[in-house]
Amino acid sequence: MKTYITDIAIIGGGPAGLAAAISAYENGVNVLLIERDFELGGILPQCIHNGFGLGIFDEELTGPEFAQRYINKVMEYKIPIMLNTMVLEIRPNKNILAVNKNEGAILVKPKAIILAMGCRERTRGNIRIPGTRPAGIYTAGLAQRLVNIEGLMPGKKFVILGSGDIGMIMARRLTLEGAEVKAVIEILPYTSGLIRNKVQCLDDFGIPLLLQHTIIEIKGKDRVESVVVSKVDENWEPIKGSEKSFECDTLLLSVGLIPENELSKTAGVELDPKTRGPIINNYFQTNVEGIFACGNVLHVNDLVDNVASEGTLTGEIAAKFIKKIIKIDKNFVQLLCGRNIGYVLPQKVNKTAFKNSVRFYMRVKKPENNVYINFKVNDKLIYKKFERFARPSEMLIIDLPKQDILIDNNILIEVIPKEKKSEN
Amino acid sequence: MEYDIAIIGAGISGAAIARELSKYSVKTILIEKNPSVSMGTTKANSGIIHGGYAAKNGTNKARFNVASLPLFEKVCNDLNVSYSKIGSFVVALEKDQIEKLYELKENGLKNGIKDFKIIEDPKKILKMEPNLNPNVCGVLYCPGAAIISPYELCINFVENAIINGLRFLPDSEVIEIKKEDKFKIIIRSGIEIKSNIVINAAGLYADKISSLVGLDYFKITPRKGEYVLFDKNVMKINHILFPVPTKISKGIVVSPTVSNNFFVGPNAKNIDDKEDISCTLDGLKEVIEGGKKLIPNLPLRDAITVFAGLRAVSNNNDFIIEQTEIDGFINVAGIQSPGLSSCLGIAVYVVDILKNIGINLRLKTDFIPTLDKPPHFAYLSPKDKDELIKKDENYGRVICRCETITEAEIRAAINSPLPARTLDDIKFRTRAGMGRCQGGFCTSRIISILCDELGKNPTEITKHGKGSELVIGTTKHLRRDTK
Repeated sequence: MKTYITDIAIIGGGPAGLAAAISAYENGVNVLLIERDFELGGILPQCIHNGFGLGIFDEELTGPEFAQRYINKVMEYKIPIMLNTMVLEIRPNKNILAVNKNEGAILVKPKAIILAMGCRERTRGNIRIPGTRPAGIYTAGLAQRLVNIEGLMPGKKFVILGSGDIGMIMARRLTLEGAEVKAVIEILPYTSGLIRNKVQCLDDFGIPLLLQHTIIEIKGKDRVESVVVSKVDENWEPIKGSEKSFECDTLLLSVGLIPENELSKTAGVELDPKTRGPIINNYFQTNVEGIFACGNVLHVNDLVDNVASEGTLTGEIAAKFIKKIIKIDKNFVQLLCGRNIGYVLPQKVNKTAFKNSVRFYMRVKKPENNVYINFKVNDKLIYKKFERFARPSEMLIIDLPKQDILIDNNILIEVIPKEKKSEN
Repeated sequence: MEYDIAIIGAGISGAAIARELSKYSVKTILIEKNPSVSMGTTKANSGIIHGGYAAKNGTNKARFNVASLPLFEKVCNDLNVSYSKIGSFVVALEKDQIEKLYELKENGLKNGIKDFKIIEDPKKILKMEPNLNPNVCGVLYCPGAAIISPYELCINFVENAIINGLRFLPDSEVIEIKKEDKFKIIIRSGIEIKSNIVINAAGLYADKISSLVGLDYFKITPRKGEYVLFDKNVMKINHILFPVPTKISKGIVVSPTVSNNFFVGPNAKNIDDKEDISCTLDGLKEVIEGGKKLIPNLPLRDAITVFAGLRAVSNNNDFIIEQTEIDGFINVAGIQSPGLSSCLGIAVYVVDILKNIGINLRLKTDFIPTLDKPPHFAYLSPKDKDELIKKDENYGRVICRCETITEAEIRAAINSPLPARTLDDIKFRTRAGMGRCQGGFCTSRIISILCDELGKNPTEITKHGKGSELVIGTTKHLRRDTK
């Protein structure tokens, strides 16, 4: 079996992996980037809409353009890339088993690994939609690939379940292609994607959005013929008598994304049941020493700019870890999710924090306006930040000054409305 | 077209009979209304080879289940079918259910089953099955019960039979049968087939086929069963877990599959429509509630799909396997649970029936008992993977990422003796698209491979046959059509 030795192996050539590769290289280590598809960019090549890059380039780019900026850098640096290469297993000793057509089975022996495998879409089965199983049920991402990469139309009359970003973007895309999008159905009382996508992709095209509704049955033997939509109560239970039938030939699902961590598990990486991604410390390091993770494999981001900046940071840390510029000691404090906090990353913070501040990524469970995000230790407030809007669809990023977290106890994060006093 | 024997229906019974008959020098045709084999009841089978204690002593169900048990290992070995003797538990959750376990044991002994025992030590049971409901007070443990892939068995039966001379005729619904000197079977497409013998293994439609020759003595009722399938590696289930059975069914089971997934189901509901394999809101709730009785911590968010199947239940509630009043017309009907577990015994018995009515069945000298299949890449050692890719580079391109199915395996399925032609064919032959992402990644790639191998356009590729086309055209075309 062919064996490769490198400093850092990066698994996944999407925005997280690309950014991590560039940054690790710039920090003076050897990098090997492993990608299972025939090209770099991850999901970006099929995201031909604009809106990428505002955070990093201060420009509005399309997905392929955003990816190309990173790909160009990778090419310029001549960073070794393995395309069409599928990683099958990461062993706890950090040896990576992969296969491709030209070399057969390959063993990669790196000093560190950066996991950047991204995420996958939730399916019909995950949410157990009743009904038949005809052709014409696609996840929004698969439909996006069919339309934007393969140039194929999956159908003519669509209903979209879930108001995730890809679903809303596909509603617009399909409308532009001459299809009819009858409705977007969302079980929550608010959209699960970004507000800007609701405005630009649904409102501007007159596509109805039915909040607090769900699909209770799919009909059609060979091809989808209709879906039955029902209102739901606050417990998401369908309300009898509110059923409406929508005639359609295709149902798209945009019902959430799941970090893809099957490989992480083979390496013994511990996962957080809340994010379904690895539990990391503020060095983006998992419980396995020398295995780092960044981007959507860690938690599902709403903006690619965040994914890439996580990658950049992780690449730098992993490089400095190998060069022993930074040492990661074993003592951590835990981050605890308090009132209305869905999850927080990192889940652990090392006292000898890297850089002058530590960046926290979090999502609220329910939308609230005019709130403080409070960081507390032993009921004592150590830091607070005002947020005008806190929505589940929009990740909150808070940089905490290093001195504030030089403590020995666990940190509780909670969302408190401005008028209310902090709950003890 | 003239044949000695025509089998109607390529479900597990028809396929098993076809394969058994392929050992003999007879000209056999297998007629199927669907585009592929295993598309009806067999597709949504639980995949359990029952231990033989549950079917009531004296019934055909008991007779053929028990007769088949010793035959499975060799057949699965010969035909490359995944089969694993993991054993089953009938789980008593209350003290007063223990009695029922003894009744089952008694029945099993009468059926001639010896290899089973009742365990009444909850500690010991929970050690064997750690995720089982801790309220368990006893189990009937049957080590001989096994899991199998029902569609793999069905497909491989037919492939092996084809190699041994069977003619398989898909997309062919039988609409008329005339008895002249021979049977004249008329297909909806207009094709006429002449045959000396007709074996009716038409599953849910066996009553309809039988009535085509004027035999209306039984009726088949579809009994729906719904399932929820779970991802691999999320929870370890070691045995097939049954609740204490009810009058109409073995109850909602929790069982591993041969591919390391596990499922919960099926419920049991008699319905009218023989085509209705839809899942219902209430049905799925019932299945999940039932599953939770055995496995309280069912990892619901790791469910990967739901599906339903129909059992073909005859009005006498037993298998009907007999030479009928009409010479040469044999019914194999009402094959509900334990039908899969009984298929080998049924096939042997049908051959006996043919011998008894004077059909000259000579064993072939050139019968090929085994079926070569491309290796399952996912299960090979790294070294073997490496060697395989060096032999055929298409093993080095993983198409289905969840199940690690390679391009070579997909191409082999399309070029097998029973060629895969649809997306579902590929799925049932190779498992591509059966994993946690349910085809989200691989569907478009499989469409391309099908187009390449079959010389078709993407618009001609279907999920499971005509009417289930996957895409309607190219992007530009639709825009033009709308204008």
